[in-house]
Amino acid sequence: MTNQDSITLLKKIRTRIVWIKVSFTALLLILVFLVVESYLPYEPGTPHTTLKNKENTFEIQNGIHIPTGLNAGSGFETTKSVCLACHSAKLITQNRATAEGWKEMIVWMQETQGLPDLGDKEEEIINYLATYYAPIKSGRRPLLDTSEIEWYTLNMEE
Amino acid sequence: MKNKSSRRQFILKACLLHLVYFLDMPWLKRMKAEKYFPGWKKFQNNVIPGKSSDLIVLNDRPLNAETPPHLLDGDLTPNELFFVRNNGIPPTTIDKENWIVEISGESVIESKKYTLIELQQKFPKVTLPITLECGGNGRSEFNPPAKGNQWKVGAVGCAAWTGIRLRDLLEDVGIKQDAVYLGYYGKDQHLSGDPNKNSISRGVPIEKAMENESLLAWSMNGKDLPLMNGYPLRLVFGGYPASASGKWVHKIVIRNRIHDGAKMEGQSYRVPCNPVAPGSKVAEEDMCIIEKMPVKSLITYPKSGATILLKQKLPVRGYAWTAARNIQKVEYSIDFGQTWILAKLFPAENRYAWQKFSTRISFPKKGYYEIWARATDSDGLSQPMLLPGWNPKGYLNNACHRIAIKVVNG
Repeated sequence: MTNQDSITLLKKIRTRIVWIKVSFTALLLILVFLVVESYLPYEPGTPHTTLKNKENTFEIQNGIHIPTGLNAGSGFETTKSVCLACHSAKLITQNRATAEGWKEMIVWMQETQGLPDLGDKEEEIINYLATYYAPIKSGRRPLLDTSEIEWYTLNMEE
Repeated sequence: MKNKSSRRQFILKACLLHLVYFLDMPWLKRMKAEKYFPGWKKFQNNVIPGKSSDLIVLNDRPLNAETPPHLLDGDLTPNELFFVRNNGIPPTTIDKENWIVEISGESVIESKKYTLIELQQKFPKVTLPITLECGGNGRSEFNPPAKGNQWKVGAVGCAAWTGIRLRDLLEDVGIKQDAVYLGYYGKDQHLSGDPNKNSISRGVPIEKAMENESLLAWSMNGKDLPLMNGYPLRLVFGGYPASASGKWVHKIVIRNRIHDGAKMEGQSYRVPCNPVAPGSKVAEEDMCIIEKMPVKSLITYPKSGATILLKQKLPVRGYAWTAARNIQKVEYSIDFGQTWILAKLFPAENRYAWQKFSTRISFPKKGYYEIWARATDSDGLSQPMLLPGWNPKGYLNNACHRIAIKVVNG
């Protein structure tokens, strides 16, 4: 190998090292950005949660228990441990009823789905459900929820 | 050389492994990853087997998911977009080669068993496009609210089902004169895990089972049924609540009385025999089985929320279906029902397949509009703009579908 050859080889190696360093830094920056981004609020406009209340961002956000989607209000723990033993929290969060209505659902589960007597937990659970999952009066037909519509510019097909 | 290539392989594998872990990070799932990596959702573990991540999951145990209406924009709904309505836990081990269906019950002359392969070889094969709709589709709009999965509009789809006519099968088995009802049993497990309980065991009157379009099907749009839609064998009854079309079917019973399986009795898939005021309590003996799905339509193009220019003519299309013979007309309104204009309606290949409609709309001035669609069937029935009769379980909502449009100057 000539001297000239060694120099070009060294140069090549040097540029490669620079490239590797640059890519690693870039990757690192992207990773840091992704981690930070994930702790930023999900909805635009909501107050910023800092890295300090990391614990909270994991479990409860805006009064909602994130892993289950249930309201974290009074009676949440009991409801979670009793109801979610058998079914999804979505069965609760997508329904609305009065105390009487929720009681009927519990009776139905006891009669047909093998739910045992809930003892003194029943009152707490019904109170919780009737408070946080109460019916919303919507008339004979709800309006289209315009706040939920994602407006977009339609590109005509033809 | 060998050493070098195995080292490269090792590095490649290590990179892939890191990529997999990276995609599986919980913190990544919580951020709007779709914003940065379009299509990444497909890599997630929590998608439904065989189903698109675009489905809206209403409940994950049991699994229930509906299709956004703008994704129903086709004569046939793709397998991965077809809605999922489970009452129990789908079977996990399925041996298609040795799948057996037993036909028994009080009203068969003699019980018989067929393997799936025998069914496929012995009887004439038919392929029919048929619409299936959940009886509770549209439940979310009822007031007072009805309990159960809060379906919006997308618990419906139309697929080309391949299988055999039940009529051919039942003629081969031999049915007694006193036959009244067909009931099914599926391999899905009760939510509680109790093997002695059925999650659902419904069916149809024997006359319905003998109809030309009543199928025992193993294929959907030319492919195996998706697991969530009853792989390897299911019933297909158009015009009935889809719960009558049993999935993972391994036993069919011909009864000399109305079938009394799970979710046939009580309040399930029943409506008050006589109309009731909203919020009424209805005794079980006053509830009647739903035997007909109402006339209905969906606007599948454009997706709600389109903004267009005043000078543009908006193409609009969708599908209409009914339990009656066919759809007679589809109209649309952009002024909340003050005027209705006919859309172009296309015929279907057979009964129970949904029918396409299309039109082009010019808007008089800029502003916010809603396009409402209204279908009328051959029985002369059409869709109400308000909700139809309230019922305790929130079935049969066939109120007009509507989408929002914004027209701007230009």
